[in-house]
Amino acid sequence: MSVEQIIFVLTSLLILGSAFMVVTTRKLVQAALWLVSALFGVTILYAMLQANFLAVVQVVVYIGAIAVLFIFAVMLTRKELRDQGSQTRSNWWIAASLGVLVLAGLVSLIIGQPAFNRTAEVIPAGVDTLRNLGTALVSPDAYVLPFEVASVLLLAALVGAVFIASRKGEEK
Amino acid sequence: MAFLYDPVNFIAGWAHGILTGWGLVDSLATVIIYLIGITVLIVFAMVLDVMLVWVERKVVARFQDRLGPNRIGPFGLIQPFADIIKMVIKEDITPAGADRIVYNIAPVLAASSVIILWAILPIASSIYGVDLNVGILYLVAAGSLGTLAIIMAGWSSNNKYALLGAFRMVANMISYEIPMVIILLVPTILADTMSIKGITQAQSGVWFAILSPLAFLIFLISAIAELGRSPFDLNEAESEIVSGFNIEYSGMKFGWFYAGELLHAFTFGGFIAILFFGGYGGFFGLERIGFFSWLNNPFVQAVVFITKAMFGYWVIMWIKYSMPRIRIDHMLAFNWKFLTPLALVVLVNTAILSKVLVNLPIWGYALGMFFSNILIGLITIEILRAYGRKQRIAEGNLVRQVAHN
Amino acid sequence: MSIPLSWYLILAAALFCIGLFGVLSRKNAIAILLGIELMLNGVNINLVAFWRYLDPVRIAGQVFAVIVFAVAAAEVAVGLALIISVYRRSNTVVADEIDLMKW
Repeated sequence: MSVEQIIFVLTSLLILGSAFMVVTTRKLVQAALWLVSALFGVTILYAMLQANFLAVVQVVVYIGAIAVLFIFAVMLTRKELRDQGSQTRSNWWIAASLGVLVLAGLVSLIIGQPAFNRTAEVIPAGVDTLRNLGTALVSPDAYVLPFEVASVLLLAALVGAVFIASRKGEEK
Repeated sequence: MAFLYDPVNFIAGWAHGILTGWGLVDSLATVIIYLIGITVLIVFAMVLDVMLVWVERKVVARFQDRLGPNRIGPFGLIQPFADIIKMVIKEDITPAGADRIVYNIAPVLAASSVIILWAILPIASSIYGVDLNVGILYLVAAGSLGTLAIIMAGWSSNNKYALLGAFRMVANMISYEIPMVIILLVPTILADTMSIKGITQAQSGVWFAILSPLAFLIFLISAIAELGRSPFDLNEAESEIVSGFNIEYSGMKFGWFYAGELLHAFTFGGFIAILFFGGYGGFFGLERIGFFSWLNNPFVQAVVFITKAMFGYWVIMWIKYSMPRIRIDHMLAFNWKFLTPLALVVLVNTAILSKVLVNLPIWGYALGMFFSNILIGLITIEILRAYGRKQRIAEGNLVRQVAHN
Repeated sequence: MSIPLSWYLILAAALFCIGLFGVLSRKNAIAILLGIELMLNGVNINLVAFWRYLDPVRIAGQVFAVIVFAVAAAEVAVGLALIISVYRRSNTVVADEIDLMKW
């Protein structure tokens, strides 16, 4: 096994183990921290796929903002300082069998396609993927329209979140 | 001789030769050399951190018109080792009801978020960890990891004051990341690349602090706020919130937080040197003259870089020990109402001018950008003055009303 | 030997299914959102793996992944604001007990 494959197996163990802990642990703050660990594993994966920009943005956006938001939300919505009781519904076995079925279906689909067995080709030397990404996001015959729509979406989310969470409208 | 001009590769090649001579596979030898290199870099950063404790205490003493530690060793140089021994032999208390794993990981994560920054810091043109093509974003990402460490520390201490302090500190750090990211785009535009080495090489003609002094000032302010140092240290003010999220930490765990903060300050001094003052180079084209070609030697460049980084660190300490603390709502208002719009204006100005003035010779370009920054500064001061006058008139009217009734 | 594409796709599928299990079987509304985040990350791994293995010169896969980042951030912000607002009004975050609109 080459070094790359060893790193990939270790990273997948980290990601899947942390994801499993996220969905099964009883303490919610620990679930948010296990999510941070899973997201960090995904960062390592992006770095292995040579998507440097996405790896760093994953840390900044997901770990630095979304995970912090989750931790704040968990702390602000609890009645006492510690968790209690089981956090899983009583019919969790239906969800588990559904998950296993979907996984089996997807894996059989992936293995059945011989085209997915290819290995990565080397990126040609003169190609600067970062510059291509920047140009594609603002060039009119590439992806400037989804980019602008995403900015409007973020603005709407910002205004909406602040409005919903503010106490001005309540007359209790 | 090759050692004098390319030390890191020379040593790596020599070690590789030894390892393959012992019979190891090529790729395994490479991995082992990488691991040794990482260890050497971390050891260098931590030893520097220990000496920074001495520097900090001497400098604060001089600012306060006293001598500082001078009993242990000549000039008190052994003082940091005495501090470390004291911290190591202290009792390690974990508060009851604290979440043990999170409580123990938080100081390690706080220190690690600083050490990983040393991977991209170029000490000389051939002495650096890795030359990422997204180096600037990596700087922001390391800041986000520090934020996470503080929340973990505050929550796992099972203590209301720690939680409050952690909330305030995180609100502070997240808010000041915005002007920092916006201003980090200014060297990116001026150098046409996000890699730290590329930015340093682009300053071989003129420093970016001359091209954009406002960007340097805004970066300095946001960096100090990110570090959580005075005047933005309401979160760990001993007199007010009983030292914030570090309350329950004792012994070496507190030592990790403290050492991490000092190393973070020095690392940001290093980044100010790199992003705005030319880093290991920046000799205004002097090194191309034959007589001064020794300026291209990596050891000379390392000395130049450490000097500039120490100067940046000294400026940060100077601000810390001369200014009073700022209240939390003033801090946040300052960020959202003043610093972020100003940063956006500076960014737009730099972006437009860097395309308009691109055909001028270097001195025309530099003068144009410098004067545009001065103009923005003057307009900002005028707006602030008008705003201040309006507020004073409104307060005067209020006082007059109250006095009449 | 390098890593075949199918390994990345199987990892992404497994992450997606674990997220699916989380969404369907947790009581707390915030835990459901955590499951959704796992699913979004699985999708992102898929997109970036396809970009790298099929056509790394044209940048469509990475752009798609960047837009997914933006959408995920917006969704988490609004979702958590809603949950906090519901908690203030009815003092519970258990998804089963928020049933004022059921008939």
